[in-house]
Amino acid sequence: MTDTIYALSSGQSPAAVAIIRISGPAAASTLKALAGRVPKSRRATLQRLTDPASGDVLDHALTLWFDGPATATGEDLAELHLHGGRAVVARVLRTLAALPGLKPAEPGAFTRRAFENGRIDLAEAEGLADLLFAETELQRLSAIAMAEGGLSTQVVMWQDKLLGLSARTEALLDFSDEDDVDEDAGAATALSAEIAAMAAEVRAFLARPSGERLRDGIRVALAGPPNVGKSTLLNALAGREAAIVSPRAGTTRDVIEVPLALAGRPYVFVDTAGLHAGSGDEIEAIGMERARRVIAKSDIILWLDEQSASPAPERTITVHARADVAGREVAPSSADLAVSAATGEGMDRLVGMLTARADALLPRPGELALNTRQRDLLADCVESLVGDADLLITAENLRRARGALDRLTGRAGTEDMLDALFGRFCIGK
Amino acid sequence: MARTFDIIVVGGGHAGCEAAAAAARMGASTALVTFSRETVGAMSCNPAIGGLGKGHLVREVDAFDGLIARAADHAAIHYRMLNLSKGAAVQGPRVQADRRRYKAAIHALLDAQANLEIVEGEAAALVFAEGNAHRVAGLELATGERLHAAAVVLATGTFLKGRMFCGPDITTGGRVGEAAAQRLGDQLRALELPMARLKTGTPPRLDGRTIDWGALEEQPSDDLGWTMSPLGPGRVAPQLFCGITRTNARTHEIIRGALDRSPLYTGAIDALGPRYCPSIEDKVVRFGDRDGHQVFLEPEGLDDHLVYPNGISTSLPEDAQIALVRSMKGLERAEIAQRGYAVEYDHIDPRALDSTLSIRGVEGLYCAGQINGTTGYEEAAAQGLVAGINAAAFACGSAPMILGRASSYIGVMIDDLVLQGITEPYRMLTARAEYRLRLRADNGATRLTPVALAMGCVGDERRAWFEAREQTRAEVSGKLATLVTAATLAASDISVALDGGRRSLFDWMRFPGIGRAEIARVSDAFNDVADDLADEIAEDARYAPYLARQEAEVRELRANESVRIDPSLDYRAIAGLSNEMKERLEAARPETLAAASRIRGITPAALSAILVQTRRRAA
Repeated sequence: MTDTIYALSSGQSPAAVAIIRISGPAAASTLKALAGRVPKSRRATLQRLTDPASGDVLDHALTLWFDGPATATGEDLAELHLHGGRAVVARVLRTLAALPGLKPAEPGAFTRRAFENGRIDLAEAEGLADLLFAETELQRLSAIAMAEGGLSTQVVMWQDKLLGLSARTEALLDFSDEDDVDEDAGAATALSAEIAAMAAEVRAFLARPSGERLRDGIRVALAGPPNVGKSTLLNALAGREAAIVSPRAGTTRDVIEVPLALAGRPYVFVDTAGLHAGSGDEIEAIGMERARRVIAKSDIILWLDEQSASPAPERTITVHARADVAGREVAPSSADLAVSAATGEGMDRLVGMLTARADALLPRPGELALNTRQRDLLADCVESLVGDADLLITAENLRRARGALDRLTGRAGTEDMLDALFGRFCIGK
Repeated sequence: MARTFDIIVVGGGHAGCEAAAAAARMGASTALVTFSRETVGAMSCNPAIGGLGKGHLVREVDAFDGLIARAADHAAIHYRMLNLSKGAAVQGPRVQADRRRYKAAIHALLDAQANLEIVEGEAAALVFAEGNAHRVAGLELATGERLHAAAVVLATGTFLKGRMFCGPDITTGGRVGEAAAQRLGDQLRALELPMARLKTGTPPRLDGRTIDWGALEEQPSDDLGWTMSPLGPGRVAPQLFCGITRTNARTHEIIRGALDRSPLYTGAIDALGPRYCPSIEDKVVRFGDRDGHQVFLEPEGLDDHLVYPNGISTSLPEDAQIALVRSMKGLERAEIAQRGYAVEYDHIDPRALDSTLSIRGVEGLYCAGQINGTTGYEEAAAQGLVAGINAAAFACGSAPMILGRASSYIGVMIDDLVLQGITEPYRMLTARAEYRLRLRADNGATRLTPVALAMGCVGDERRAWFEAREQTRAEVSGKLATLVTAATLAASDISVALDGGRRSLFDWMRFPGIGRAEIARVSDAFNDVADDLADEIAEDARYAPYLARQEAEVRELRANESVRIDPSLDYRAIAGLSNEMKERLEAARPETLAAASRIRGITPAALSAILVQTRRRAA
C-alpha cells in the first residue's frame, strides 16, 4: 500500500503564506478530516481547518484539491495554503503526523513520485532538480529548458536519426542480395559520411558550456600575497552588487569560498588568503601547493600579485588593487585594470570584465546545459558514431550509440542514479 | 482402451516434427498426430531452407541434434552462402531442397527415433484434466478416440480456420487439398485465448519443361563445400542451377489491370501480411516507381518438373496469373501447373505464451510454429524444438529450457514473440539480434550444444563429435596464445605496422589482412583443423574487441534480469501508465523488469513505476 506523504512545500516560516502538500491515497480523507469536506477539484476554497482529535481550530486556509492521476505527483494531491506563522505551520504538521497512513515526505519524494508515476521523464526530473536550486535568472532559464523536456526532445530527434541510419545499414547487410536494395561502394560511403555528420552535430552540442558551472557557479580565485587587498576587494564586490547568496564554510580552514551573483551570473569566489602567511619554509610550501590547486581548478583568476606573473595568464585578470593608497596611484603596465575598494574606482569595470568572461563559460539564456552524466553519455554516443568499411562493425557502432541515448533518457541502469538524483531534492518540492 | 503417452504433438510440419523428435530424444514417449502420414515433413511453400537469419536458426536447431539441417543436406540440390562478401555474423547458408528427398529424409529420421509414434487422425479437441479446465490431459481424435498425455504441443500451422483465396474463389483449408482443423480452432476460441488473423501467400508453380532456360541468367550452386549440418550426409544430391528473370512494365500493367479482382484489394482479405515478403500485387502498388522486380526460378526437385518462381506470390485470378507470368523473359510459353493463392488463418497472440512456449494459465499446453504467428520453416522448426524440449521437461518434472537473447536467434525470436506480439507474420532477420556479432551461423554448436547436452536431447554421435571438436579448439587456442612480434610476422611477408609490440597470434588476427592463411605461415595452429572450426576461431579473433564489449553488456543484462515481476501484477492499477502501455504489459506479462523494458513503447518513467510496484509488493 502506498503511503501518503506530506511536507511544508514553501520556504521557511515566518512568511505571508505557507503551503503544505499532501500526496497519496489518504489525501482526500486527510482533507476531509481537517476541513470537513473535499472541495471541488482544482477550485481554490476557503475552509476552516480543525484538529480532528481535539476539535481545535488550526487556521482559516485556502485549500486546493487535485484529483489523481492527472496531478503533479500522479496521485491524489491536496494543498493547504496557511497563514505563514511558525506556530500555525508547526501545529498543522503535528496534526498531520497524528493522522493514520500519513508520513512526512523524504527529500525529493514528491518529484520521485511524479517520476515513478510517469508524469515526468528522467531528464525532466533532473531539470526540475536544477530549477529548484536555481538562484540566478540564468540558472532558472536553463533549468526550465531542461524541465520542459528540451533535452528529451533533442535526444528523440537524434534517436530517430540513428534509427534511420541503422535501418539503412541493416538493409545493406540483410537485403543486398535482393535487387531492390542498391549495394555499391557509394552506399556505404554515403552512410559513413552521414554518421560523421551526426557525430559532428552531437560533438558541437557537447562543446557547449556545461551546466555544472551554471549550477555551481564560476570559480574565481583571488590570488596574491597577504595584505594586498584581496579580502577588501571581495567584500566590496559582495557589498555593492548582490548579496552573499548562501555563505558556506571553506573546504579547509585556509580556503574561503563565497558564492556571489554579480550582474545575474553565478560565481564562487575562492580567497586564498592566508596561504602565504606561514613564515617557516615547510608551511610556506604547503600554502603554495594549495594555492596552485585552487588556481588550477578556477575558471577565472583575479591576480593581485605584482611581483610575479600568473601561472595561467589566459584565465587571469591582473588587478592593481588599492589604487587609492598613496604611492599606488599609477598602475604598472602588467595590470589589466586598477581598482579601489575604498573609492569604488574601477569596480564597475571589474564586474564588466568578469561578466564578459563568465558569458563565454555559461550556457546562453534558455540554452540547454548538460550535467556530467548527460555529457558522459553523449560522449559515449559520439565515440560510437563511426562508420567502418565492415558494415557489421558500422551496425554494431550504431547500436551502441543508440544504447547511449537510451541511457540518457533513463532507459537502462538507472537505479543508483535515481537515488543520487532524488537525494538532491530539498524536502517537499 | 485409450492410449497413453508423455507428449502428444499435433501437426507433422517442421514445428511438429522437431517438437516430437526433441521430446523423444529426451526419452519422453511421444505421439505425433497428423491427418496423414504422407504429409509429414512436407515443404508446403518454397523449396528453400535457410537464408539470412534463417540459416542461423537451422544451425541452432542442428546444435540440439534436430532434424532440419540433416534433412536439408540430404535434399539439397543447390547450395548458396548469402552475404559471402560480408562478416560471418550476417552470412546466411541456404539450400534449395528436393521436396521428395526432404520428406524422405524426415521420415527416415523419425522412423529411426526411439520413443516416437506417428498417429494418423484428425485432432478434434483437447482433453482437460478431470475438474481442472486449466490442465491438459490429452487429445481427442475426430473418431472419438482419446489419447492421454501430460503435455500437448500444438503445431497446427495454418490449419486453424484457414481460408484460401485465388481471385474470387474462396476455399476452406490450409495447403491445397487438405481439410482445415475447424473443430480444434473453435475449441481454442472457446478457451478465450487471444487470437488474431494473418495472411500469407504463395506464387503459382510453373512447369519447368515450358521455361526457356537458355534465355535466362543462371545462378549455379556454390562449390564451397559447406553443409547445413556437420553430421549430415554431406553434399549427396546432384546440384542444379536456379534461373533469374524479372518483372517488367508490361507485367506491372497486367497486375494493375487485375487489382479489382485481387482479394487483397477488394477487401475480401483484411488480415495483415508480411512487409518483407509482399505479394507481387503489393510490390507493384507500394513500389510503383520500380521498373522491375527480380524473380528466382527455383527447381523443386530432381525428378520433379515443378519450378517455384520466388518473388511473385499472388492471389490474383488464374487468367491474370498466366498473363503476368508470360510477360516475363524466358517464361513466354510457361505453363502454370498449380495456381498461386493467398491463405488467411488464425494464430494465437504469442504474448499469451511464456518463454517456454507454453500457454500461460493452461498447464501442459505448448504452441509452436505458424500458430504463433511466425512464417518460415526455420522459425517453425526452432519453436518446435523449444516446445518439444520444454514439454518433455514438464512431463518428467525437470527444469525448463529458456534461451535468452544473448544465447541464440531462437532466444531472440521467442523473446520477441512473447513480449512484443506480432503485427505481421514474424520472420527472423539478423537485425533483430542485438548480440549479432556473437550469434553467428558458424558457431551455433559452440553456443548451444552444451545447453543441449545439459537438457539430454543429444545423441551419442553428436556428443562424440562435439567433444572432439572442443578438444581441437583447446589445442588451437593454446597454439594461438603464442606471443609474436610484428617483426616476426613481417619476416613472413605479413603486412603489419612495426610497432615493436608482442601480441598473441589470436590478437594479431583482429588486424585487417591477417587471417588463417597468414597465420599458417608462422604457426601450425590451423593445420589439420576442419574448416568450419578454423573459420569460427578466425572470426572470433577478428571481432574479439567487439565480442568482449558485448560480453560486458550481456553481464549487465543478466543483472537486470534478476528483478522479477510478480506474474499477477495488476498493471491497470498502476497510475501513470498510458492505456497503450497497460494493454501491452497485460498482454505480455513480462517475467522480469529487463523484459518489461524491451517492450515497445515502455518508457523509463513507466519502468520505474513498475519497479516501485514490484518492490512494494515484495516489501
